[in-house]
Amino acid sequence: MNYDSIMQVLGVCVVACPAALLAVFGVMSLIGRPLGERMMARFTQVSVVAGLLAALAILAMMLVLDTRHVPVEIGNWVVIPAQHFHFHLKFVFDRLSVPFAILSFVLCGTVGAFTSRYLHREPGYGRFFVFYAVFLLGMILSSLAGTIETLFLGWELVGLSSALLVAFFHDRPNPVRNGQRVWTVYRFADAAFLIAALTLHHLTGEGDFEGLMGRGPWPEGVASITGSRALFVGLLLLVAAAGKSALVPFSGWLPRAMEGPTPSSAVFYGSLSVHLGAFLLLRVSPVLEVSPLLSAAVVAIGLISALFGAVTARVQTDIKSALAFASLTQVGIIVAEIGCGLRYIALIHIIGHACLRTLQLLRAPTLLHDYGTLENAIGTQLSRAPTFWERVVPEQGRVWLYRFSMERGFLDAVLNEYIVRPFLALFRYSDRLERRWTDMLSGGQSRESDEVKPHTAALEEFV
Amino acid sequence: MPELHLPWLELSILIPLLGAVCVGMLRDRELARKLCVAICTLTLVFAAGEWIDFGTLHTFEAHDHWDLIRRIFHKDMFVVDELSAPLLPLAALLYLMTVLSTLRTKVNRFSFGWTLTSQGILLATLSCREPWGIVALLSLATIPPWTELRSRGRSTRVFVIHMGLFVGLLIVGQLLLDAGSAGTPLGIIAGALLTIAALLRSGIFPLHCWMTDLFEKATFGTALLFVAPMTGAYAVMRLVLPIAPDWALQSIAVVSLFTAVYAGGMALVQHEARRFYCYLFLSHSSLVLVGMELVTPIGVTGALLVWLSVGLSLAGFGLTLRCIESRIGRVSLDQYHGLYDHTPTLGALFLVTGLASIGFPGTVGFVGAELLIEGAVTVYPFVGMAVVIAATLNGIAILQAYFRVFTGARYVASLSLRVRTPERVAVLIFTALILGGGLFPQPRVTSRYHAAEALVRQRHSATQREKTAVASQTLNHDKRIVLSQPPAPSGSDPLNENIQTKSPRAIEWRGATSPAENQ
Repeated sequence: MNYDSIMQVLGVCVVACPAALLAVFGVMSLIGRPLGERMMARFTQVSVVAGLLAALAILAMMLVLDTRHVPVEIGNWVVIPAQHFHFHLKFVFDRLSVPFAILSFVLCGTVGAFTSRYLHREPGYGRFFVFYAVFLLGMILSSLAGTIETLFLGWELVGLSSALLVAFFHDRPNPVRNGQRVWTVYRFADAAFLIAALTLHHLTGEGDFEGLMGRGPWPEGVASITGSRALFVGLLLLVAAAGKSALVPFSGWLPRAMEGPTPSSAVFYGSLSVHLGAFLLLRVSPVLEVSPLLSAAVVAIGLISALFGAVTARVQTDIKSALAFASLTQVGIIVAEIGCGLRYIALIHIIGHACLRTLQLLRAPTLLHDYGTLENAIGTQLSRAPTFWERVVPEQGRVWLYRFSMERGFLDAVLNEYIVRPFLALFRYSDRLERRWTDMLSGGQSRESDEVKPHTAALEEFV
Repeated sequence: MPELHLPWLELSILIPLLGAVCVGMLRDRELARKLCVAICTLTLVFAAGEWIDFGTLHTFEAHDHWDLIRRIFHKDMFVVDELSAPLLPLAALLYLMTVLSTLRTKVNRFSFGWTLTSQGILLATLSCREPWGIVALLSLATIPPWTELRSRGRSTRVFVIHMGLFVGLLIVGQLLLDAGSAGTPLGIIAGALLTIAALLRSGIFPLHCWMTDLFEKATFGTALLFVAPMTGAYAVMRLVLPIAPDWALQSIAVVSLFTAVYAGGMALVQHEARRFYCYLFLSHSSLVLVGMELVTPIGVTGALLVWLSVGLSLAGFGLTLRCIESRIGRVSLDQYHGLYDHTPTLGALFLVTGLASIGFPGTVGFVGAELLIEGAVTVYPFVGMAVVIAATLNGIAILQAYFRVFTGARYVASLSLRVRTPERVAVLIFTALILGGGLFPQPRVTSRYHAAEALVRQRHSATQREKTAVASQTLNHDKRIVLSQPPAPSGSDPLNENIQTKSPRAIEWRGATSPAENQ
């Protein structure tokens, strides 16, 4: 067995481990035989450690053999030869994907171990780990994707698991509403991604990143499309990345996502999921280079998001929201770095920031407890000296800024007022018109559903 | 034409029809339910047998062994081809799952006899290739829901007006088509009437209100079984696609695309689960029509795949809602119900089937949706993006409904709401098909691609025939004009001159390859 074969086997292992984890959890839940807590924790451990070891082994071999690009071909998932249509399953191990995959395994492993204690004997323990397995698989597929279709596949899995985990405490309406909000933003981001992927496919004739971004190993590829086309595709990808990474104007979902359990907040919105948009921009960075206008747009969105996050984080009244906006600040800076072409710096920034933020979010509940203990011990609140900005900015400006930050930049209000509400009003009006039409045809009241009221005694009626 | 090894088609049509007679005579509703399950299972076995047998023949079409209809009428009335082969077991499966998941709480209001009758009619429709046979069967299929509406004492006016129009258009359209061949003015009118009929049956905007009305007034099972097999799309495929001119197909595609987006938006503002489901289904079935009208191998393959995946996934989705209804009555979407803790299996199926319908990765709908979008964007680069918008709206609507039905509150029930064994069997079958089909899509794609290729070929040859017929008619017509006119000045070509001045169609024809020019 030569080195190439070994790397192929290891590459398959990296993807197969989270896939097997999801298969076991999913099948057992569906057949109504959910695994016990200990068994789930053990399966998670084995899967994450095996995947991580395989990824580390590939990294070691790449360093020893001085290889910067290891493609792992799984083959064509779907192919229509006569139409040159193929859905190619291919994974790539390079300087971008390997660190991101290792980061995903490390952070997911940490959070998995933390959760097995944090959610001990909670009713949703099994549900959490099913969504966790979906997320892990999605992250690994996205990180290692060698084709834009494979990246989309992982991207969707991450989106679904994120939305469902925000709504994890599902016996209350607020987490559920927030989960719905996250899902809505993700769906529009996914639509932008899908259109961009199809357009790229048409322009270059293939979905393989090697074809799309040039044949050189990351980050040395040169995209083979014109500036105007790169601007169109790049803007769509920027919308997709902004939706996933909660950049302005989609930042409103980030604090809402903190309704989920702390471990999911840590791994999704503090560390991995929130960086997936930045990862996408890094992966397609050769496209950014083709169009200076596009690069400028990326820098602008990054800086605006960073500024917005920095201002808003200061007035948050709960620790998770404060950390969420602090994350946004860093992600904004990372995106600006990508727009400036500083790819390695952006990658290092992602890794460092993800690790720090995971630690902070996992520590958050006990930190509050420690603060409480400390303040109880000294008998008063901890004193705080006024900051530089408090001294420099006039009071009227501070009040305005405070309100702006409290309302989270009015972003949600603007989206609700100018997009969601007119959209729903239009369809409600159509619904009323349809009612009139069917009433006229029926010669009376046509909708029985108007009478439908939630009733809890329905079952007893039937018995 | 090659023969199947057994009379699968005739048996799968005959068994439910005979079963309907037997079930109709039973007074004991529970016994009727059990017999109905047995008959539907047997029908599924024969329909699946037909599919497998057909697969082993490696041919485009085949008819039954000992084909009785052919011997009597000397016509290949019931024929299976690549297009209909998987649709028959899918339809049979849909009926079996519906009957299987009918709980005791529903047996008194759900008519098993009419259900089996409609199954027989549906399987006959999907096996039939004779235009008049299809017209007759599509018309017959409107009777079972109408009877149910009447027996339930509901207003039938919306249904009767729409379905009366549908049957009338079908009959007049087919009569006109018989009177004048495709391409002639009479043929164009006939094609237009058949197209409107098929669009009406598919519930395309603004002819869709009968569908929401049916879901309002009929039992969920009957309404589901009337719309889920998408016989409107089948009518488009068999009756419209071979004769419609390109501009007509483009118009259908645009109207269907609009319906897909409109219905997706309407699904978001519904207050009740049945209406929500109806719009969701409408949005998806419109996407199937969009793909069909693209008339490219990729687009049609995508449409045929989406047809299967939507048929499977939205049927499962609808049955899940029906199971919920049988527990808590009609489901309001104005507030949260929080049923997940009582019925986690139904919650999981709701999510899996809903996500499969929007083409979520790893499910049966993914590849079909990709191909459909690819086909649409290739033919209509910007308008095709609307397919993505429709899928986005549907995705949002599905999760919104999931959250409303299964989460957001604590539901207090004095009795256990957990799934019963027959429901669990239905859930597992649906899940296995949806996930299995999603993970191993290649056989399905290959089969649908062959069917799509055949459809596109059929369409092109029909168009060619039509062009040739029009060209020869124009030529004869213009010759008559030339003979009746004074002689042209010497040096000019009277035939070409008159073609240019009198017949715009002939100009097109001349622009392509004119025999006169070639000479």
